[in-house]
Amino acid sequence: MTTPKHTIEVEQLHKRFGKIDAVNGISFKVEKGQIVGFLGPNGAGKSTTMRILTGYNRATSGIAKICGVPVAADPHYIKRRIGYMPENNPLPLDLRVREYLKYRAKMKEIPFSKRRRAINQALESCDLLRAQDRIIGKLSKGFRQRVGIADAILANPEVIIMDEPTIGLDPHQVILIRDLIASLRGRMTVIISSHILPEIEMTCDQIIIINHGKIVGQGSPAELRDTFIDHTTYEVEIHGTNKELEAALATIAPELLIERISDHDADGFATAEIRIKDKCDYGEKLFKTLSVHPHLRTRSLRRKMAPLEDVFLAATRRSWEEVDQHLLEGPVPPGPQQPLQTKPEPTPSETAPTPQPEAQKPDPK
Amino acid sequence: MRHFLTLLRNEIWRLLISPSTYIAGFLFLLVMGFLFQWMLRVYTSDPQDETPSVLFFRMFFIPVFFMVPLLTMRSVAEERRAGTIETLLTTPVTIAEIVLAKFGASYLYYCSLWLITASFHIIFFTYAQSDTIIDPYPLIGGYGYIFLSGTLFLSLGIFASSLTKSQLVAGILGFSLVFGFIVIGSNVEDLSVLTGEQSLWIRQFSDHTDALQHMGDFSSGIIDTRAIVLYLSTAFTFLFLSVLAIEYRDGTT
Repeated sequence: MTTPKHTIEVEQLHKRFGKIDAVNGISFKVEKGQIVGFLGPNGAGKSTTMRILTGYNRATSGIAKICGVPVAADPHYIKRRIGYMPENNPLPLDLRVREYLKYRAKMKEIPFSKRRRAINQALESCDLLRAQDRIIGKLSKGFRQRVGIADAILANPEVIIMDEPTIGLDPHQVILIRDLIASLRGRMTVIISSHILPEIEMTCDQIIIINHGKIVGQGSPAELRDTFIDHTTYEVEIHGTNKELEAALATIAPELLIERISDHDADGFATAEIRIKDKCDYGEKLFKTLSVHPHLRTRSLRRKMAPLEDVFLAATRRSWEEVDQHLLEGPVPPGPQQPLQTKPEPTPSETAPTPQPEAQKPDPK
Repeated sequence: MRHFLTLLRNEIWRLLISPSTYIAGFLFLLVMGFLFQWMLRVYTSDPQDETPSVLFFRMFFIPVFFMVPLLTMRSVAEERRAGTIETLLTTPVTIAEIVLAKFGASYLYYCSLWLITASFHIIFFTYAQSDTIIDPYPLIGGYGYIFLSGTLFLSLGIFASSLTKSQLVAGILGFSLVFGFIVIGSNVEDLSVLTGEQSLWIRQFSDHTDALQHMGDFSSGIIDTRAIVLYLSTAFTFLFLSVLAIEYRDGTT
């Protein structure tokens, strides 16, 4: 049911392009003021979903509601409530920044009395005041990207949809945009898609992972980790030999394995990664055992969070395995598939495949 | 139609700040000036039945062939290629407003270019024929026809542009449509295939679509309302088809 709590509601959305199902039964809800990140490989259906939400494309079937109103029923109502920045950020290259925003403000029906303030506010939020009189075509990519974002937030819409807003920006600008998006939290509902995973993790309250037009994972970063990561990793800086460490670990539990160990530094300390093939807390035991060991000196011990990249790879791989399974089973009629969604309580880990070591990102340390 | 003026103003502004507008205008006037001068030379060598202005308007299709595709080919195709149509269509504007604004801007530019050619006649009558008084009626009729037919030709161009995202394809298609209307429409009755009884209606039909005949009529002072209805209704139809084409291609309402 429509509740004012949810600004965006999507139910069983399908979109076909010829024989290809670009979006295949996506359902999700976004609460007011949340920031949601869409993740997925290229061609997963992120942009198509966003376009359907803006009313630019029509869905083949399913319902997408914004502020409780179905997009297809009243596209003009929806268009007054969204700010959209498409992929690749198309802009008229012959206009000046301020000129463009003024034109957009008129089209977005910002009343004359508020127009100037809205433009100034958008310019200021995107740090564009210095560039306001420059021609868009002569701006650098970072500036252009900010012009696109300024346009999206211009009318203070209830929903902002941005397709890869930080693509092609330098780290300074990425931080600026990230802070800008974070400042919208609570006021506006924001949907962003990105390939930059740490970026999404830092800004978003909810992450939706899409692959092959289906949602393969949904929830907060912590919930996603809980679903897709079935191991625990501890990182310990230790002085001593590997054998001694292995022996010490064996006394705690047999499943404690050293996954990786770095070279010893000048002080004789090495960083070891200890991996436990399950979700369990050995922190205290590890700490106690290592601290009382006669030949091992520990400098630090911490539980390592799996990077979102691992979650993403695990989630998308799982959906690929499903597709492969379908192919192996022969021509099965494409029935509606339940997207794998996280539950608030921890799910049993045996369903999640173990991420292969080669898929793991090498630790920056 | 709330956003029409905003869109139109933006289109006109973008025409005004684009150097290609001035280059196209300059070349148009160069060609027209050359035609006018050539026409005057014809008059100095041989006596003619018609007034110079009638002969001048008879050649109206030469600039129309290249000006109409050049003016309209980028209108929708360029928006589509650059992707700005996506940002445009996700604001509360309607496609009809967009098409009308694009048509309006190119029509105003087209008319203003033709109006500048009126200066040729003024200069001619002021300096070369200062002893005769200027006969304004063929001029008014001729320009009236140019402005009337402009609605149709530009709507054909806008329609061509709304079908594709390549400016080149839009240009060629626009040229073909305008060429088809003027040349084929004027000569279809001469085709030997159409001599039979059955094709009588085609000949009757082509009598009404003969652009050169219309031009002749208008510039000699005959204002034919059938022609006015034909041009305006066809222009309206093609603008409507452009709206449908954008709606279909860009998948929105």
